[in-house]
Amino acid sequence: MSRAVTTRRKTINTVLAWGIGILIFFPILWTILTSFKTEAQAINDPPLFLFFDWTLENYAVVQERSDYMRFLWNSVIIAGGSTLIGVIIAIPAAWSMAFVPSKRTKDILLWMLSTKMLPAVGVLYPIYLIFIELGLLDTRTGLVVVIMLINLPIIVWMLYTYFKEIPGEILEAARMDGASLREEIIYVLTPMAVPGIASTILLNFILAWNEAFWTLNLTAAQAAPLTAFIASYSSPEGLFYAKLSAASTMAIAPILILGWFSQKQLVRGLTFGAVK
Amino acid sequence: MGRIVLDKVTKRFGSVEVIPPLDLTIEDGEFTVFVGPSGCGKSTLLRLIAGLEDLSSGHIEIDGADVSTVPPAKRGLAMVFQSYALYPHMSVRKNIAFPLRMAKLDQAEIDRRVSNAAQVLNLNDYLDRRPGQLSGGQRQRVAIGRAIVREPSAFLFDEPLSNLDAALRVGMRLEISELHKRLKTTMIYVTHDQVEAMTMADKIVVLRAGNIEQVGSPLELYNRPRNRFVAGFIGSPKMNFLEGAEAAKHGAHAIGFRPEHLGISLTEGEWKGTVGVAEHLGSDTFLHVHPESGGETITVRVDGEFSARHGDIVYLTPVAEKIHRFAADGLRIQ
Repeated sequence: MSRAVTTRRKTINTVLAWGIGILIFFPILWTILTSFKTEAQAINDPPLFLFFDWTLENYAVVQERSDYMRFLWNSVIIAGGSTLIGVIIAIPAAWSMAFVPSKRTKDILLWMLSTKMLPAVGVLYPIYLIFIELGLLDTRTGLVVVIMLINLPIIVWMLYTYFKEIPGEILEAARMDGASLREEIIYVLTPMAVPGIASTILLNFILAWNEAFWTLNLTAAQAAPLTAFIASYSSPEGLFYAKLSAASTMAIAPILILGWFSQKQLVRGLTFGAVK
Repeated sequence: MGRIVLDKVTKRFGSVEVIPPLDLTIEDGEFTVFVGPSGCGKSTLLRLIAGLEDLSSGHIEIDGADVSTVPPAKRGLAMVFQSYALYPHMSVRKNIAFPLRMAKLDQAEIDRRVSNAAQVLNLNDYLDRRPGQLSGGQRQRVAIGRAIVREPSAFLFDEPLSNLDAALRVGMRLEISELHKRLKTTMIYVTHDQVEAMTMADKIVVLRAGNIEQVGSPLELYNRPRNRFVAGFIGSPKMNFLEGAEAAKHGAHAIGFRPEHLGISLTEGEWKGTVGVAEHLGSDTFLHVHPESGGETITVRVDGEFSARHGDIVYLTPVAEKIHRFAADGLRIQ
C-alpha cells in the first residue's frame, strides 16, 4: 500500500520536475526555434511551434552582417582573462582567510560580498570616468580588470569554502617538510582543491561570459563581446526577431555547450562539503 | 645532534595563558614523552617547539641556536601528526620524497633515501599507491617515512597512535621504539596514554594545565611521584588514595598505594572489604573492593588467577614500604 503511494508520489514529482525544467528552458528553446524561422513566421499569430519552413537564412545574414568570430574571441578573452586573474588573486586571499583567520575575517568576507549588493549602475559614472582618464574605454584590458573585480568576491567566497574543507594539519605538515608559503600553496593546497577550483573557474567563466551591464556600457566596437553582439540586433526601430534569435543562439551556444559538458563538475563543486 | 632547550617559554591565546613560564631541557638522543590529560597543553608545547605556534615570550634553542622566531621549515625538525597529514594527491613515494624535493636535493639522492626509508618501514610494496588506499598502520608508517628521510635533528610525534586500533598501537609502539634505538635521534612524543609514556620514554614530562608537574624516568615517576597528580596519573590501574584517620596513622594528609602493592587474604588483614567487581584477565586479576569503613573503592591487582567473586569478603594489607604519603597541598612527604 505504502509502496503504491510512493510510486504515485514519484510520478507526480517527476512530472513536476520536468514541467518546471521545461518552463525554465522554454525561452531558450523558443529563441532557438525562432532563429530557424523567416521574419514573417517569427511574428506569426498564432505562434508556430515546429511546423514552419526551417531555414538557415538568418544565420547567413547575421554572419554576413557582423563578424561573429571577433565578438566570440573578445568574449573568450574577457571571460577567460578575468576568471584566471581573479583565481590567481583569490587563492592566496582565500588561503589566508581559511587557514590564518583573524577576528575580522568573517567581517571582511561579508564586506566583500556586500559589494555585490550595490547596484552596478551606482558606480557606472565613476568607473566610466576612470576608463576615459586611463584610456581603457573599449579595450579588452579594461573589461578584464572590471569584470575580474566584479566577480572577485564570489571567487574568494567559493575558494574559501573549499579551502575550509582541507585539514590544516596537511598544510602544517608541508611547512614542517620545508615548503615555503608559495610551495605550500602550489604543491599542496591547489592540487588538493582542484575540484573546488575547477568549479569556481567554471562558474565565474559563465558569469563573466553572461555579464552584460559593463560590457555594453564600456565597449563600442573593438572590445565588444557576444553580449554586445546580441544587443546590436535589438534596435528600437523595427525588430527582427528571427535575426535577433539567430544572433542570441550563436552567442549562447558556446557557454551552453560548456555548461552541458561540465554540469557534473559544476554540481559536484557547488555541493562540495555539503555531504561528506 | 638535537639538544632542545626551552627557556621561560609561555603561550597565551588571547587572555588565556595556556603555557605559564616553562623551562625544560631535552638532551640529544633522548626519547622524551609529554604526557598529561587532554587540554594540559602538551600538544601546544610540541607545536611551539615545531614552530607551528608563535611563542608569547621566552626562547627555544636547538643545539645552542635560538630558533624562537625561525619558521618551522628551518628548524630541522620533522613531525608526525595524529591524523598522519599525508598529501592525499601524491603517491606514497612522492609523499616521502616531498621534504627532499623541498630541500632541492638531486633526484638520485632522493631516490636513494626514499628506498632506504621504504626498506626500513616495510613500505616497498605500497610506494605507488595513494594514501587513501592504505590502512591506518601503513599510513602511519608513511608519515614516519616522510619524517625520517629528512634526517632531522629531532622528531616530534603528536599522538601518532591514537587513531589506530589497540593491537596495531602496540605494534607501532614497538616499531617507533626500535626506530629510536637505531637512529638515536632525539624524539619528543606527545600522548595522553600513560602506558605509551611508560613503555617508550627515557624521560617523561608530566603536564597539567601547562605546568610541568614532574620530569623523570618512567620508574622514578612510578616509584617517587612528586605529588598526588603524578601519582594518580602514572600507573595502571590507578593508585588508590585514602585520607582521614588511615592517613593520619602514617602522619600524612593522604596516603597512596598502588593496586599491585596490596596483599590480599580471605582470612585476615588490615582492611576488611567486599568485592564489587572482579576482572579476571588470566595473567592478573583486578578486584574492586568496597572497604567496610566506607570511602572510595580500592583496586587490587593480584598476580595470576584469584577466585573471588562479587560479594566475597576479603582482607587487604598494603605493603608498608610502598606507601606514598602526601601533604594537604598534594606534595609528596619524603
